[in-house]
Amino acid sequence: MTLSSFETFLTIAVIALGTLLTRVLPFVLFSDNKKSPAYINYLGKVLPYPVMGLLVVYCLKNVSLVQSPHGIPEAIAIICVVLLHLWKNNTLLSIGIGTAVYMVLVQGVF
Amino acid sequence: MEKQFKALKAAFPHTIPVMTGYLFLGVAFGILLTSKGYHFIWAIIMSLLIYAGSMQFVAVEILTSIFNPLNAFLITLMVNARHLFYGLSMLTKFRGTGKYKPYLIFGLTDETYSLLCSCEIPDDVDKNQFMFYTTLLNQTYWIVASAAGALLGSVFTFNTEGIDFVMTALFIVIFINQWKSQKNHTPALIGLGGSVLCLLLFGPDNFIIPSMILIIAALTIFKKSVEKGVE
Repeated sequence: MTLSSFETFLTIAVIALGTLLTRVLPFVLFSDNKKSPAYINYLGKVLPYPVMGLLVVYCLKNVSLVQSPHGIPEAIAIICVVLLHLWKNNTLLSIGIGTAVYMVLVQGVF
Repeated sequence: MEKQFKALKAAFPHTIPVMTGYLFLGVAFGILLTSKGYHFIWAIIMSLLIYAGSMQFVAVEILTSIFNPLNAFLITLMVNARHLFYGLSMLTKFRGTGKYKPYLIFGLTDETYSLLCSCEIPDDVDKNQFMFYTTLLNQTYWIVASAAGALLGSVFTFNTEGIDFVMTALFIVIFINQWKSQKNHTPALIGLGGSVLCLLLFGPDNFIIPSMILIIAALTIFKKSVEKGVE
């Protein structure tokens, strides 16, 4: 702990405020009594799909293909998750096994 | 009251995947925070007030460097900018949710968002209460898990390396489910391709906002072909 308790609390409060701001803003800009334009409705409808792709990339952003282990543990674990999910279609199983495989790989193998 | 319980019961099974993910990740967060010398009460405060998984991991980094609230605020906006998208796509769904609305907005995490935009609410269950309990259950898991992790972390040491992959796996699974539910894969491919491109161009610390701009631009340019086949 490098900050004082007061500084810690202030930093947490600022982070909470910033987070809340990003969540509230769309609802403030397009409030209930104003009808949101068709273009915004279109974005709202299609955004869930590209966002999930963005989130997957976001999770993998610090993986380096150049430096050892060249993203190999991530690649193996992702293949496990995808194949398992296409095969069994069981969310918990895909996530559980995929994570276990990854942890074993990064702790024990690479 | 009975109606409330019914909504809670209907919401619970949908939240199980998130519960598992949050248990893993919340425990990992708690362990990480206490490993930096923080009392476990801070983990609970953070999960209660911030309630944003990946941001709380970043927050641990921020808390262990020098005191700079403005910097902390700007990093938060960058990391959480994707929430703007969630809000946009929930405008219609949250309309008319009345007293539940402030909490639904506050609790709109990646995982809660993915549940609320994908799950089918049974006809005999109140839609607003269902969404409220989904959000509440998720935050409860998160708080309990981070508290448990922080308590464990103040007693034992663990090798949790790689545990954060649980979130990656969760998003991949949702991505596959969405892929299977849609005939038109243009939006999904725009998201994946645009993000990879921006990651290569701008690097891991600065790619989120360019990705968002690129995604919006591509969705606007290809609006006609995207609208075909998206339900």
